Amino acid sequence: MNMQPVILWTDALIFALLAVVLALVWFIRRQEHLRAPWRVVAQRPMAMGAALVLSVFVVIGLLDSLHYRAQLTDSPADKPQYSVEVLSMFDALVDELRTQQEKTYSAPLAMQLYAKEFVLRDGETVRDYPRLQYGGAHLKHADARLPDIARRSLIGLAQGLAASLLLFCLLAVWQSHRTHASLGTWLTAWAGGRLDWPGRMVVLIVALMLMLGGALAHLAAGYHVFGTDKVGQDVLYISLKSIRTGLVIGTLTTLVTLPLAIGFGIAAGYFRGWVDDIIQYIYTVLNSIPGVLLIAAAVLIVQVYIESNPDIFDTAAARADIRLLALCLIMGVTSWTGLARLLRGESLKLRTLDYVEAARAFGVSNARIISRHIFPNVFHLVLIAIVLDFSGLVLAEAVLSYVGVGVDPSMYSWGNMINGARLELAREPVVWWQLGAAFAFMFTLVLAANLFADGVRDAFDPRLGGRR
Amino acid sequence: MKPLLRVDQLVTEIGHGADALRVVDGVSFQIAAGETYALLGESGCGKSMTALSLMRLLPDGGRIVSGDIRLGETDVRALPERDMRRVRGGQMAMIFQEPMLALNPVIKVGEQIAEALVLHQGLRGQATWDAARALLDAVGVPDATRRLDTYPFELSGGLRQRVMIAMALAGQPRLLIADEPTTALDVTIQAQVLDVLRSLRAERQMGMLLITHDLGVVAENADRVGVMYAGELVEEGARDVFFSAPQHPYSRMLFEALPRPGDGGRLTTIPGQVPKLDDPMRGCRFAPRCPFAVARCRDESPDWQAINGQRVRCHLAGALPARSAREVTTHANSTQTAQALLQVDGLKVHFPIRRGLIQRTVGHVRAVDDVTLSIQAGRTLALVGESGCGKTTVGKALLRLIEPTAGRIVLGGETITAKNVSTLRRQAQMVFQDPFSSLNPRMRVAGILLEGMDALRVGAASERRDAVAQLLRQVGLPDDTGGRYPHAFSGGQRQRIAIARALAVSPRLVICDEPTSALDVSVQAQILNLLKDLQDSLGLAYLFITHNLAVVEYLAHEVAVMYLGRIVEHGATGDVLRAPCHPYTLALVSAVPRIELQTGPGIIRLAGDQPSPLNPPSGCHFHPRCPHASEVCRQTYPDQTAVGGGHWVRCHWVAGQA
Repeated sequence: MNMQPVILWTDALIFALLAVVLALVWFIRRQEHLRAPWRVVAQRPMAMGAALVLSVFVVIGLLDSLHYRAQLTDSPADKPQYSVEVLSMFDALVDELRTQQEKTYSAPLAMQLYAKEFVLRDGETVRDYPRLQYGGAHLKHADARLPDIARRSLIGLAQGLAASLLLFCLLAVWQSHRTHASLGTWLTAWAGGRLDWPGRMVVLIVALMLMLGGALAHLAAGYHVFGTDKVGQDVLYISLKSIRTGLVIGTLTTLVTLPLAIGFGIAAGYFRGWVDDIIQYIYTVLNSIPGVLLIAAAVLIVQVYIESNPDIFDTAAARADIRLLALCLIMGVTSWTGLARLLRGESLKLRTLDYVEAARAFGVSNARIISRHIFPNVFHLVLIAIVLDFSGLVLAEAVLSYVGVGVDPSMYSWGNMINGARLELAREPVVWWQLGAAFAFMFTLVLAANLFADGVRDAFDPRLGGRR
Repeated sequence: MKPLLRVDQLVTEIGHGADALRVVDGVSFQIAAGETYALLGESGCGKSMTALSLMRLLPDGGRIVSGDIRLGETDVRALPERDMRRVRGGQMAMIFQEPMLALNPVIKVGEQIAEALVLHQGLRGQATWDAARALLDAVGVPDATRRLDTYPFELSGGLRQRVMIAMALAGQPRLLIADEPTTALDVTIQAQVLDVLRSLRAERQMGMLLITHDLGVVAENADRVGVMYAGELVEEGARDVFFSAPQHPYSRMLFEALPRPGDGGRLTTIPGQVPKLDDPMRGCRFAPRCPFAVARCRDESPDWQAINGQRVRCHLAGALPARSAREVTTHANSTQTAQALLQVDGLKVHFPIRRGLIQRTVGHVRAVDDVTLSIQAGRTLALVGESGCGKTTVGKALLRLIEPTAGRIVLGGETITAKNVSTLRRQAQMVFQDPFSSLNPRMRVAGILLEGMDALRVGAASERRDAVAQLLRQVGLPDDTGGRYPHAFSGGQRQRIAIARALAVSPRLVICDEPTSALDVSVQAQILNLLKDLQDSLGLAYLFITHNLAVVEYLAHEVAVMYLGRIVEHGATGDVLRAPCHPYTLALVSAVPRIELQTGPGIIRLAGDQPSPLNPPSGCHFHPRCPHASEVCRQTYPDQTAVGGGHWVRCHWVAGQA
């Protein structure tokens, strides 16, 4: 199938960020004093487990950031026409989830709709729960549903287990070969937790994730695992698509925050005097305006701009994307103050240290003092702030979307899911699965991010130095 | 006599299992009531850990592995924690090094003392306050009633340390443990505090465990001395015997490493440093650094031997060669060259104090007020004074790290203005006090050394790498130093790196701001020797800022004594230190604890503290503390009075005598 690649603004930024992170990793590997704390992080079981979970989210998010438009099947070959729908690599992988739409709400793993309708049965019109078009469509009788679910879960779990066993064997052979030890000694070292990395935790997390993934895959082939939403879309699909939104908000906002926080924070602390006064006034003023107000105003402005310039944004995805980017920008602009304040205090302290004085005695320029003496010595604070802020931003997005000033309503996001579910909470019986799915995904991501952040903070914070 | 405290084979470890560090290893000693026992040693030898073991206040992970601690009849190790709390403060009390950290900054002094009184003496109400006031009186805090109602930050360092002592005394302890009680204080204040401790001990018949690294303090205060090295006690004896004939090579070398009056030659240094406790130890722990070590020392740990009243742990005890008298040379007093390398006239640094909404200037802190000095090439001028007198500010103002308010600086014949600051920076550099904060932990040593050359464009870029290797050799560091980070080095090595950094731009003047005050005695000797060698080979001039008069005598050709931002006495080192004229210099010189037993006039005790430079006293700044102050001192600031040989003083009293 021919296609036209589409690079949205956030895609470009995400891959630029990825490139920066990879470059940074390469740089850090070569610097002993930078590598040492990361080695500490890598030795912590909790941090490594959380990092694995995070990496699964990141991979899904990255796959979901490779966008394209498919060629319409009836368009001529010499003058191809493309669908207005922007899809991603991830959509292509889970095409069935995307296309198997029901009419409206259905409960998780159900084979019938959630509401009664008039259906034609044996020539008579009766009011009953109609069968789903896809969910459980392969079953003849409702009685066969539970055994089928159990069978599929078990097969999935078993396959996941088999795959993890295979991976573990490969790992064991490779590691024992690498360390020139016999397989037996490596295995006992692994079982006793005497490796220089948290082997048991990593293997456990990978096995759990493979088993969970296997069960989900098998169930999703026949059912809507998390049910369907109001327009009949699979909630699992929506939840997975929301990962990208969460990650974009969490990372790109930080990208906006960092230059502001680092620049203003260090400048205020290092130069003091009127520079400090001005920067302090700016962030005091910014802090005293309610963030939601600023964000709502900015989002509305962008909305008006998009609507008055429809020719710039050719697809709905582009429009939603620019609104997401605007949200990242404005959240970044409102949230740099905390880190800036921290960096200002630290720079105030560092500038009086003797090595900064010594550099000044050599007539080293301010820019060089900042880049060589101040910045490397506050970098650990920046890093801790990045990982700690990430989870806060993901949660903030949910709150903003709930209030109605978050991402575009057409965009998949956990905030929009919660907002949609809110209206149905009054229903009897309650429609809980949208809320539940959003909660489960957000909880996993934020918990993993927080656990990882804890590990990073412990390794980098000099005040906790030596305490394990 | 029955000992008050008996410590027997005390072993303390930090950490668990195989990683445990043995910080105190088999230490035994006794202290009688009314006796002062001094524990002497360099940092990292386990002195403080011994004290904390006695109090059972070890840090996390620390525990007493074996041994016996008896205070009177009480077995301290066997006590449950409940009873131990009564022993702490009630039976034995501790004074810490840093009074600012040991007092709670948000509770008034009176309440902090009262707390201890309520706990240990069960006093209530007015009786508590009376007792607290009596305690402050006893430790010599003037105006005790008012001081009870102040917060710790309102008190000066000396007063805070006295409050600490008062608190320690509140439980009427039988044993007082003083952990470096005066290290953070100036000499004149140190003399006051040590006086208080001595008289209290005699009055109350307390036992005292004095922990210090300062031989002078030991000589003046201790009855018996124990020398610790790497967790072990290596020598013990009565003070007089110990000071006249130290037996252990380590004790001897500590004496040798100390700069003393009249020294001209090189100081003896102890090579290497105190071993880290995680290194495996075999044989005598001092053997790797000992010049007398024989094969047996490396294999077999020596046992105690008694030699005329002393105990010593050394295989060669008694067989060591007698101590050679050190050669006494005087500085070659070369005729003064006509041209001064550095000439400073009327240097003033005033810091404005701003208050209110529009930051109006309401006054000035006169940190440096009209300082005039000059240094010739290849010579050393020492700037001496207590903390807060503005000596560091002078150094920084000379390098324009602090913009001077007024004054003329001429360096190598060129007047330094804001335009030709880079000339100044090529010719004058600085070595800082604390080697741990003066090197950027995120930069390699080579990067640190290159920074100055890059910034001032010294030499061709291609030659700078070679210059780094050359510099490292010059300061006696191994060649691979350049590629490592500062944290891999000890304090002494870091100070060498800092010296190399200053030398990188080949300056003619180096300003040394207390470069040895953060170092141990043996390492201090290494650095002083290095500075002297560099001066001889490179013809450097030093402005040596310090409060340590012994170092001044060793290194400096001339001395300027500073008090409250002004130089009060100036002259050749020998003249000023051996025949001081100004009452302040007199007090300063006499307050330095000496190893030799005092002859001649006793120590002149100064009353009170140095006043604030924000609001200096009228007339002569020193008059409120001066024993010779008269009416004229209160009204006019004295002019220079020459007393011969380029030696001058600013004092009405001296002027009146002449």
